[in-house]
Order: sequence, then C-alpha cells, then structure tokens
Amino acid sequence: MIHSLFLINHSGDIFLEKHWKSVISRSVCDYFFEVKEKAVDPENVPPVLQTPHHYLISIYRGKLFFLSVVQTEVPPLFVIEFLHRVADTFQDYFGECSEGVIKDNLVTVYELLEEMLDNGFPLATESNVLKEMIRPPNILRSVVNTLTGGSNVGDTLPTGQLSNVPWRRAGVKYTNNEAYFDIIEEIDAILDKSGTTVFAEIQGVVEACVRLTGMPDLTLSFMNPRLLDDVSFHPCVRFKRWESERVLSFIPPDGNFTLMTYHVSSQNLVAIPVYVKQSINFFETGSCGRLEITIGPKQNMGKTVEGLMVTIHMPKVVLSANLTATQGNYTYDLTTKVLVWDIGKLNPQKLPNLRGSLSMQAGAPKPEENPSLNIDLKIQQLAISGLKVSRLDMYGEKYKPFKGVKYLTKAGKFQVRT
Amino acid sequence: MTTMQKLLQLPVNAVNIVKTVQSQVQGQEEDKSPVLTPDSGQHSWYNALQPDELRHLRSGGTGGGGGGDQEERAPLEEGGGGGSSGGTFQTQPLRHDDLKEMLDSNKDSLKLEAMKRIVAMIARGKNASDLFPAVVKNVACKNIEVKKLVYVYLVRYAEEQQDLALLSISTFQRGLKDPNQLIRASALRVLSSIRVTIIVPIMMLAIKEAASDMSPYVRKTAAHAIPKLYSLDPEQKDQLIEVIEKLLADKTTLVAGSVVMAFEEVCPERIDLIHKNYRKLCNLLIDVEEWGQVVIINMLTRYARTQFLNPNINESLLEEGGGGEKTFYGSDEDEDEDEEEKEKKAEVAAMAKRKPYVMDPDHRLLLRNTKPLLQSRNAAVVMAVAQLYFHLAPKAEVGVIAKALVRLLRSHSEVQYVVLQNVATMTIKRRGMFEPYLKSFYIRSTDPTQIKVLKLEVLTNLANETNISTILREFQTYIRSMDKDFVAATIQAIGRCATNIGEVRDTCLNGLVQLLSNRDELVVAESVVVIKKLLQMQPEKHSDIIKHMAKLTDNIQVPMARASILWLIGEYCEHVPKIAPDVLRKMAKSFTNEEDIVKLQIINLAAKLYLTNSKQTKLLTQYVLNLAKYDQNYDIRDRARFIRQLIVPTEKSGALSKYAKKLFLALKPAPVLESPFKDRDHFQLGSLSHLLNAKAGGYQELPDWPEAAPDPSVRNVEVPEWTKCSSREKRKEKKVEKPFYSDSEGESGPTESADSESDSASGSESGSGSEESGSGSESEESEEGSESEEEEEEEEEEKDKKKKKKELKKPVPETESEQSSEEEDRKIERKSKQRKSDSESESDEDEESESESSQSESEDSESEVEVKKKKKTAETKPPSKPVKKETKKEKKEMSLLDLDDFEPAPSPQVTPVNTFLSNSLVTDLEGLSLSDSVLSPATIAPSSALKNYELLHRITGEGLSVEYCFSRQPFSPDANMVAVQMQFTNSATSDTKNLHMEDVKLQSGMRVKEFPEIELLSAGETATAVMGIDFCDSTQAANFQLCTHTRKFFVSIQPPVGELMRPIFLTENEFKKEQGQLMGMNEITEKLTLDAKCRNEHAIVQRVTAAANLSRVPCGSDKECRFAGRTVTSSSLVLVTVATKEEGAAQLTVNCEKMVIGTMLVKDILLALTQ
Repeated sequence: MIHSLFLINHSGDIFLEKHWKSVISRSVCDYFFEVKEKAVDPENVPPVLQTPHHYLISIYRGKLFFLSVVQTEVPPLFVIEFLHRVADTFQDYFGECSEGVIKDNLVTVYELLEEMLDNGFPLATESNVLKEMIRPPNILRSVVNTLTGGSNVGDTLPTGQLSNVPWRRAGVKYTNNEAYFDIIEEIDAILDKSGTTVFAEIQGVVEACVRLTGMPDLTLSFMNPRLLDDVSFHPCVRFKRWESERVLSFIPPDGNFTLMTYHVSSQNLVAIPVYVKQSINFFETGSCGRLEITIGPKQNMGKTVEGLMVTIHMPKVVLSANLTATQGNYTYDLTTKVLVWDIGKLNPQKLPNLRGSLSMQAGAPKPEENPSLNIDLKIQQLAISGLKVSRLDMYGEKYKPFKGVKYLTKAGKFQVRT
Repeated sequence: MTTMQKLLQLPVNAVNIVKTVQSQVQGQEEDKSPVLTPDSGQHSWYNALQPDELRHLRSGGTGGGGGGDQEERAPLEEGGGGGSSGGTFQTQPLRHDDLKEMLDSNKDSLKLEAMKRIVAMIARGKNASDLFPAVVKNVACKNIEVKKLVYVYLVRYAEEQQDLALLSISTFQRGLKDPNQLIRASALRVLSSIRVTIIVPIMMLAIKEAASDMSPYVRKTAAHAIPKLYSLDPEQKDQLIEVIEKLLADKTTLVAGSVVMAFEEVCPERIDLIHKNYRKLCNLLIDVEEWGQVVIINMLTRYARTQFLNPNINESLLEEGGGGEKTFYGSDEDEDEDEEEKEKKAEVAAMAKRKPYVMDPDHRLLLRNTKPLLQSRNAAVVMAVAQLYFHLAPKAEVGVIAKALVRLLRSHSEVQYVVLQNVATMTIKRRGMFEPYLKSFYIRSTDPTQIKVLKLEVLTNLANETNISTILREFQTYIRSMDKDFVAATIQAIGRCATNIGEVRDTCLNGLVQLLSNRDELVVAESVVVIKKLLQMQPEKHSDIIKHMAKLTDNIQVPMARASILWLIGEYCEHVPKIAPDVLRKMAKSFTNEEDIVKLQIINLAAKLYLTNSKQTKLLTQYVLNLAKYDQNYDIRDRARFIRQLIVPTEKSGALSKYAKKLFLALKPAPVLESPFKDRDHFQLGSLSHLLNAKAGGYQELPDWPEAAPDPSVRNVEVPEWTKCSSREKRKEKKVEKPFYSDSEGESGPTESADSESDSASGSESGSGSEESGSGSESEESEEGSESEEEEEEEEEEKDKKKKKKELKKPVPETESEQSSEEEDRKIERKSKQRKSDSESESDEDEESESESSQSESEDSESEVEVKKKKKTAETKPPSKPVKKETKKEKKEMSLLDLDDFEPAPSPQVTPVNTFLSNSLVTDLEGLSLSDSVLSPATIAPSSALKNYELLHRITGEGLSVEYCFSRQPFSPDANMVAVQMQFTNSATSDTKNLHMEDVKLQSGMRVKEFPEIELLSAGETATAVMGIDFCDSTQAANFQLCTHTRKFFVSIQPPVGELMRPIFLTENEFKKEQGQLMGMNEITEKLTLDAKCRNEHAIVQRVTAAANLSRVPCGSDKECRFAGRTVTSSSLVLVTVATKEEGAAQLTVNCEKMVIGTMLVKDILLALTQ
C-alpha cells in the first residue's frame, strides 16, 4: 500500500520523509516537482501522478504537500483520505498543520507516522488511540520534559486498539460534565447576475464537544429529522437506530468530533439570506473601470447577518482600486489581485455600499468576464434549514450533564456571478 | 562530561530552531562524507576511538546531515573538554561519537535524548546508519520510550546492517512469548519489519504461532506481517497462504480487514479461499475498521464477479422485448454503441437461457450489507461501496450511490478529483443516475482548473434533450471565464453536446460561430476546431454556416481564426462554389499583409480551388503563388514552390501531379467527439488503474460475469461434525448461517474473554450464577457488541428472508418456523450428545479443540433459541431446557446497549492462563447445567422454544429490562389463566428493590394473578417470575404498572391468539366427531400455497404448533395434519386441519365455536405456513 511519505513545503523542500517499507530515494519527488512547476497554482497539481516505477499520490494542505509513494494498485481515495487523516491528526496534536510546527515536533510526528501505518496499511488512525500511545505536546509537559528528559511517548500500551469502541478513551473523568452540539449549516449557492438562484443547497454538520465522565451513551433526536436527506456519520453512531427511529444514538468520543454531516433534501427551498446588487464595468478606453456593490438582507428569518465579507478575484489587468465603503474596510492585494471587503454586521437601515473606480493596466484589452463575488456571512442562532434538536438523553451514567446546542448558519461556497 | 550531559538536555525545539535557520545554508554539506573531511585534527581524534567504532563511522557512507551537526554545536562548543577544537563544520564525526556515549550511558534520559536526535535525523532523511551498533545495544532497554525509538531506528536501518541487526532478534523472540498481548504484538510487528533475509524462517515461525494466538490483536499483527514476509521472500508463498487461510476463518472484526489485505497482496488469485468466509465477511463488514472495509469491499467485488450471474441480463432482455419496460434510468438515451452492445448481450443471454434471473441470496447479502457504508465519513469507503454497486447491482438499484458520491464533492479537492473521474465514467453508462444532481456539478469560478474540467466532462455526459438548454446556458457563463484552459474545454464540451444531441446542433454552431470573434486566440482556435469537427459531420447541411464564416473573414482579425476559416472553405469549396473564389480574391488582395499562418492557408485554398474550379481561379492562384514565391518566410516560399509543381501541369511535372486531386481533396475522416472516459469502466472503478487509465502494477482484472453461476454451495460453511450428523443434509443451506450467528463469538468468545469485549458478558453471567450456560449467551452478546436489539432481530429476519428468497423470489417477512424442524432434530440429537460434549470439552485441554467445542456448543444453544417457539408444541418432548434460554435472550438484549460492553479494555496484564481457566470453567459450567436440565425436566419454567416479547426496554426502564413469554405451561393457581413467564434483568449499576406490579387495568372479565414481589434484584442479576392472566379468550391487552422502589413503568401484555388455548389430546375418531359438530358458521376454510420450505408433514406440524398452542392429533392419512386444543378460559374446542395437495397447494380448516378466535387463528396459521 503506502510505501513512503514526503512532506514538501511551498518552495519545494522536502523536510520530512518516512518509509514504511524499504527506503525510496527522495529523487522520486523530482517528477512531482516537474509537474508542480508546470501547474501555476498548487491546487492544480494532479493528485495522482505516474512515474516509471512508482505512483505519486499527493494532497495539498496548509501550504504543504503530503506526497506519498505507492508501487502497486491501491484505491487512490484510500491514500488521499489517509493523508488527510494524517494532516488532521497533526492539526489535532499541534493546533495547526504547518511546516514550522511539524519541524518543531519532528520526533513526535515521526512516531505518529510510525504508529499510523504498518507496512503501509493503516493501523491506528483514531486520534484517541494515538493519544494514548503518544501524548500530544502541551506547555506543561514540554517544561517537564525539559527538566526530566522525558518524552511524549506514552508509557501505556495502546489498549484502545483492543476495544470495540476504539474511538473512546477509557477512564475519562471530568468534574464538569458537559456536552455541546453545534449545528452548523452552510449555504452553497450560485446566484446569477440578476440575483436569481442558479443553484443552492444546504450542507450541515453537527460538531460535538463532549466532555463526559465514564462511558455515556447519548441519544440525540431532532424535531424534524425528515429534513435530513443525505447523512454521513462518525463511526460511533448506530446506523440501524437511525434507519429505524431517526435518532442519533452513540457513545461519543472524548472531546471534539464531527458527529454527522448532512445534506438538506433538495425539495426544500433554500432561503438566501442576503441579496447583492452589483455593477462592475470595465471601459474600453481610459483603462479604468467602475465598481459598485450594495448588499441587503433578504430571507434571514429576522436574525442579524454578521461577519459579512465579499471577496473578489479581480482580473490580472486591474492594477489598483480606489473605492469608498460606507461600512467596513476594503483591501486590495496587488499581487494576488484579490479585493476583500470586510463589512461586519449587516445593518438593514443603512445598507453597506462599496463604490469607486478601478484602474487598469494601460493598453491592455478590457477583461471579458466580470469577476464573481464570493460572499461570506454568519447568522448566529439559526439553522437556515429549520432543523431543531428536540432532546439529548444520556444513559449509562448517573450524573446530570450540562447540555448545550448552538445553531449557526454560514455561507459556504456562496458565489454571485456578475 | 557532566556539563555536557546537562547541556545535551536542551529541549529539542530550541535546537530545531537553530537548525531550521541554518539547515539551508548547510545543505551541501550533506553530500560529503564526514570521513573524507580533510582535516588532520580530526584524524588524530579518530585514533582515540575503538577500532570497531571507527569502522562503522567509515561505513557510514554519505555522512549525517549538515542540519544535524547544528544540533550539537552548542554543547560541543561549551564542553570543550570533549576534545573538539575544530569548527562547526568539522565536528561531524565527533557528534556521532557523542551520541554513542549518550547511548552507552546508564541514564535513560540521556539515551532518550540521543535517540530523539537520531530519529530526528532519520525523519529529515539524514543518514544515521553508522550509529547502528550503539543503538542496537539498547534494544532491550527497560525504558519503553527509548525502546520504541530504538525500534524505529532498527526497522529503518536493519536492511543496511544485516549482521548487526541479528543481535536484536533474540529480544523480539522473547517478546513473542510475553504474557501481555500488546507486547507480543509489538514484538511481532518489529520483527517482521526487519528486512533481513536470514531471519525468514524465524519470521515464518513467529507468524504461524501468532496466527493461532488467542488475542485477536496479535492475530491482526500476524496478518500484517504476512505481506512483509512475502515481499522479503516470495518463496514462502505456499506456507503463507496456509496462514492466510487460517486467518481468513477468524471471526473477529479486528482481523478481517488485515487478513484480506494480506490476501490481496499475496494470493489475490486464490479466490477459492474466500468461499467459506464469504458470508462471514459480508456480515462482519459493518464493524470492521474503515480501512479494512475498503479492502474487503474491493476484494468482494471481484469475488462476486466470478461467482454470481449478471443481475442485468434480464433487463437487457426486457429492453429488447419492448420499449415499455425500459428502465427508469433512461437507458434508451445511451449512446448507440451501447445499445448495440446491449442487444448483443441480450441475444447471447436469450440464447443461453430464457429462464428468469434469480439473484443468488449471497449476492443480495453483499449488496445489502454494504449499503449502510455509503454513509461512512470515509470517502474511500463510500467510493468502494459505490464501485461495488456499479459493478454488481441490478440497474434499478445502482441509483442509491449517486447521492453519496455527490456528497463527496464537498470534500477536499483531491477527493473531488478522484470522485469526479469515477462519476464521469459512471455517467457514460448510467446517465440517469446522476441527472437529478445535475446542478451539483455546476462550476464555480474558484474551483481549481482540473476540477472544472472534470465537472464539465460530467455535465457533458449528462446532457440530453431535456436538460441541454439549462446546460448550454450554464456553459455560456463558463465561456466568459478568465481561465482560458477552462474556456477551451467548455468549447470542446459544447461541441460534444452538439454532436450528441441533434436538436441543439444548430444553436451550438451559432454560438460557436459567435465565439470566433473572441479576442482570445485560444478560444477562437478551439471554436474553429470544434466548428470544423461539427461541419465535417454533415457539411451539406451547413453550407450556410460556411458561407457565414466566409463573410466573417472581413471582420475577424485573429490569424488563427482566419486560417481555420480558409481551411474550411477550401475543404468544402464544392458547397460554396460561388463564394470560395471570391474569398480567394479578397485574400489575394490582402495577402502581403497577412500573418504567415494565414498565408499558408491562402495557398492551400488556392490550390484546392485550382483543382476544382480552375476556370475561375487559375489566374488568382498563379497570382497568389507568385506573391508567395517572394515572401520573406521561407516556409511560405517552399510551400508555394511545392504546390506549383504539384498542381500546375508542366512537362516537367512528375507522376505526382496526376494524383494532386487525391492528395488535396481526399476525404478527411470526421473526428470522433467522444468522452475520454468512454470504456474506462473495464477497470474496476475507484482503482488507481481506472484513474490513470492504464493498468497499474498489481491490478487485478475485474472478471466478466460467468455465463452460468458456479456452485453456490461452496460458500456453505461446515457445521462441526457431531451436530451435523443429526439433520437432513439437504437443508444444509440453512445451517450455514447458523454458525455465523453465534459465530463471531463462537470461536473468539473464549479467547476474547481475555479482552474487553466479552468481559462484561462473562462477568454478569457468573453473577447471575445459576445453571446458566456460558458460551451461548456470551457468544451472542459479543457478536452484536454495541448494537441494539432490534438490529439483531432484524438481522435474523434478514437472514431468513434471504433463505426464503432462494426459493421464492419475492421477499417475505420472517418466520423462524421453517428452521425449527431441522433444529428440533438437532436438538434432540444434542441432548443425547450433551454428556458427550461435556466430557469432550473437559478433557480437551488444548486451545483448539477447546474453542471448537465451545463453538459447537454455542451454535447449539443458538439453535435452541430459534427453536424455542416451536419446541413446546412437539408434545412428545417434555419441556426441558428451562431457565437457561430465558436468561440467554435477556442477555442478548442487554448486549444491545449494554454499557458494560464498552468498558475499558482490561488491564493488559491479563495472562493467557487466565483465559484458559475461565474458558474451561465456562464449559464446565455449561456441561453441568445442561445435564442438569435433562435430569430434571420438571423445572418450573419451560421455555426453550418460546418466543420472547419485550415488556420493558432497558433504556426506558433505566437499566431494568423485562421480557416475557407465554410458557405454555398450565398455570397452577388457576387453570383458566395463561401463564406468562417474565424475566427481569437489572443492568443498572444499582440494586432494584421491591419489584412488583400495581394498578392493573383490565377489560371486563379479565383477571390477573400477580407475580410474587421480588424483593431485591442486584445490579447485573436476572430473575424470573411467573404471572397468570385470564384473557377471557380475547386478545385484549392487560395493562399494569411495574413498580420498583423508585419508579413505576406502564407496561402491557397482549397475547397472540395462539396462546389463548391449551393443547388437548383427541383420537382420530373423537376429532372427526367433534369436527362434525362444528360445521357451518363455526368452520372456516382457506386455500393456501405452502411455503416451499414447509411442504412436508414435519415442517407443517412445526409451524402450526409454533403459531398456536395446540397438540397433534394422530391421523391415518399422510395428506392431513390435525391439531386440537381448547381455549383457556371457556374451554371451547379448537380444531385445525391442514390438508396438503399437489405442488404445495393446501387447505386449512379451523373449527371453533368462537368465531373470532377461529378467524384470527386462521390468519396466524396461514401466515406461518406461507412464509
């Protein structure tokens, strides 16, 4: 299966290598570098490459390439999914997944990789099993380690691997028992020039933060589970129970995890919380253009729209922007040609407006396409699909936990074509 | 040295910071061997070293990295006493020496620090091989942290230092014998990772031993070790296959994924090894960890392709027959070739056999058990299921995967990339499946180009008459994109839509023509190419477009576009005979101002016109050629010279000019516009080979469906011998499942009791003490682990269904009755054997036979559970197996949600010895209890074959669960009451006290005799009680409250009509006489067709007696079965006759003076007999 892994930074340095079978020279990465050179954008590097003797499967996460080498047939998604899991694990351990952090924790990272694969086949990928074997670093421990020469290797054996609930650590204890669930919905939409919806859907996720003592067995039920169309679950959820009763019954992992993701069935119309009026014109002569954007509330269920932000990828010929915003600030990055207008809270009385002129490279032809606007927004305490949690019950433990549910609606890939 | 030691304890982080800054600078240093550093000062230092150390230093090859030496810098400079006076760059040899000293020290902290540095070097790809001897010494280090790092090092460098690596082997061999399963596993893991050929025999031995280890975790590790050994020495293949075979039979989810992975790497061609394990793998699948699921699903796809028939054969037949039957998925829209192919196939199939296709139940099992995995969070699992459905499912069912695949499009872009590739392939074959999700493939300007292009591909594949206008509108947006590669792809896509869908061809062409005026050359070039392709298909029809394009030459300035237009006019000059010369005239006029590429096409046009219409264009052509003759560009001059020679006949012109027409006006084949994903589906979807569209190393071809299905009985699993002999061979099929039910336990039960899973089970078991037999309930329990009861029932049901389907195509709801006949036989058998088994298990001390016996035991008890219902009715048999079963059921239910199940793994120190003990103890107990029950058949609560109903669920009961069954025993305090046996289980952590009932609410006339109060039910205990209810011969429910010292629960008991009677004994004559008196209104007759499984007398008796508490009446004819009973309250006679006729037809007659009871009874019995 997975033969070797190379971590490569943005500028093309290999700063970590790990081999699970015999060693493969890092020169194999040259094929990758060649392709990377050609693809201007790192996102455009094909995730699977073929070289004379190996296949290279890579992902791009946090400005890093995780490049794995395989020699024989293997489902590419298997490798890709695993690499993402590795990146997730780093994130989980170190708070972020970046070159600096990995270099700082080289030994821990190496040990993690060692445990996650055996001979190229995934062995322990559950974060709580790993944490039992290799403790994540924290400030206190690194101080202690410095004084005692200790390390992060756990001195216990990975008993979690033997459990049939491998996602939950044994012997969890908390003084405050709490379980929080965040229902986060993202609106993916494409609006066309006139504001009509070309395509819109809601993707939701239930993020949980569960800090409960012992082995609680939770049941989460919804007022309107019929809304949920396509769901995928954390392995802890009992699927049959969902099938028959439409409740989520599970023994939660300890800490933060994604309980489920869902898609709201397409029969339901998607409420679009804001409307955008825009006009972007580039003039044939005079190398300049005009831009005007106004945003107003539409169907926001009486809640305030916050964190409003508009991002525009300008055509290459736009040199600078001279705009005035009635609310919020705008920035224009000259190198990436990205215009960001950070609005903040949407005030329905006084609609935010951004207008002004764009100056273009002299002599260059006017761009043919107007750039599309990407909208970011947040609505607190609202799940736009109308999904509601009806109750959360706990069995198996005696204490009364503190339970909380939070709703949040966000813009996902929300794009307005112009 | 002490100062140095202190300094060495600098946190790694600090050192790393220094390192990162400097490592780039020092990059080049890596290539230099430390030994080669021309520094005499260092050499003197070497001499002070031990000779052997020096040797290893030298053998170190390209020396440790420049980055690494920074780490040491600080300590070295400070600790000048170390002897280093050299600069940073000369300290490399020293550094390693330093590490060695640290490794040799007695302090674990020093060793650890050294190991961490070494591992950091390895991680950065620096060479640390010269430290091998120093490191390997520490392999036996007590400190687990050091040890782990040493293992890491060892695995990395053992290959290069084979001799020295051998030193460590004995440590691992010792580890293999460790009582702790985790240590055994880790020893095996490291041992098998050491790639040293010499230890192959040792590894082989270790693997073999571990494969029969009782810890499933160690067995898993053994499975992992198999491919390692295989890659080291392929000669071992045969032996390894044996181990694989053995591990494939393993029944734990932990092992399943790993061993299938080993199977795939070592012997993917040995598909025959899978037969016996097929059903087990299907059933375990959902509980296997996600990575294992992927491997198993992929393997099973291949397996199914070799073993089952193509489920779509019939559909293609139907399609052939009449359009009306065409499937929903719009196969009619498929491309023509597809249709042809299908037709061909259909013919073949039609010839092969006209008989209707019936899906093999095993095939169905696979499809059903993989479906829930579409909900997995792991994209690879979802993809694996999707490809399985695509390759194996009947057309109508494939649709379910679309939603899940569309969901993956929200994931990381790499995942999208792979999924879209597969979707693209699928959409060619099964377009309809993704049509509802068309909009999910709309493209956003922020998508990476490679994703955009793939989405475009999918959209194109999805286009049909109904949605093409939407798609084209969408394409229009894309054409204005700034991403020119994407625009080009869009234009290609429009071209393909135009080719495939006749209606929009003109619209597309017009749209494309407009694009010719685009400023971007790429766009224009692409449009022209596409227009050219479209026109090439039917040039006659589109002469007006060619004319239009000719007119465009006046406006279009893009040279590429002008050139392309000229080519088109030249090529199709016969369609535009009037315009072509005129265009040439204009071009001749502007010739000198044109770009080179246009000039070439002007020459080309001139030549073609000259050949077709020389009268009008002769002079023009010569003019153009003359102009070209003096062009600045030599290509153009060359071309002009060449063409002149070719077309203008002169005396010098050679033979070629004769063929000029053929050369220039040859018919160019119309380019085919088809998806690059066409035909990719001969690769297994989701595979690397599919993605690359080339066979990757190790790829296993997906075989074609067989013409005729191979023998399905190969998948039957043998039943342990002594149970087998009892029952009829022909019912084998059924037996197969049985082992599985109990299976996961059966074998692993005993071994696992050392581990977490069944721990609680065995615990509570011994708690409830009594004569409970261990293995049965235990096995059930651990099998289902965390799942809930319904599941279990469902599963059973499903299994039943499946069985049934074998004979009856349509799915029918469950009845267990069919099994019972056989079961019963077996049961009888069992009783006689009980003692035997007992002694067997006792005497056999070695592991295997032990597990064997316990397996058979558990199987046995399993069958009991199933028989329960029936058992009572078989009059001949005294109610024997009492209490046991009851508890068992209870247990099973508890396991559903029993939290204890999830208890932390037991301390790793559990020794194997313990396991043995507990295991044999359980067997002993079981033996005891069994013989007990045989000896004292008069136990109070006969229950074995009875169906249990739930009174109070564990969750609602806050830990207290109650089940009840109709024991079919006379209720001694009051003969008019139905005895209801209740089983209380306290699975809460605290005791329950004063369990009693209150507040009985009854319909008028009904009476209840309460069960005696249970004063104390301790946590984990089970208790049984019997209550009597006089239902007044009605099926009204009895409602009452169940009270504990703290809580009250409302519960109700509703009897099936069959339980409202008790069996009586009648002779044949009496029966006839009574029947004679109950004619007319009191007689109900129904015709029915017997279920295929119950066409013999025995089965009928089984089923009827299971459905109603009746007894058999002897009967002279073997075509009739008669039963008699009386209702409990009013003692009305109930007579049942089942008369069988040809081919499963039968007639059911019920005579009863209580018409309501009669009607209900007919319904129940009918159901029992037909399903």
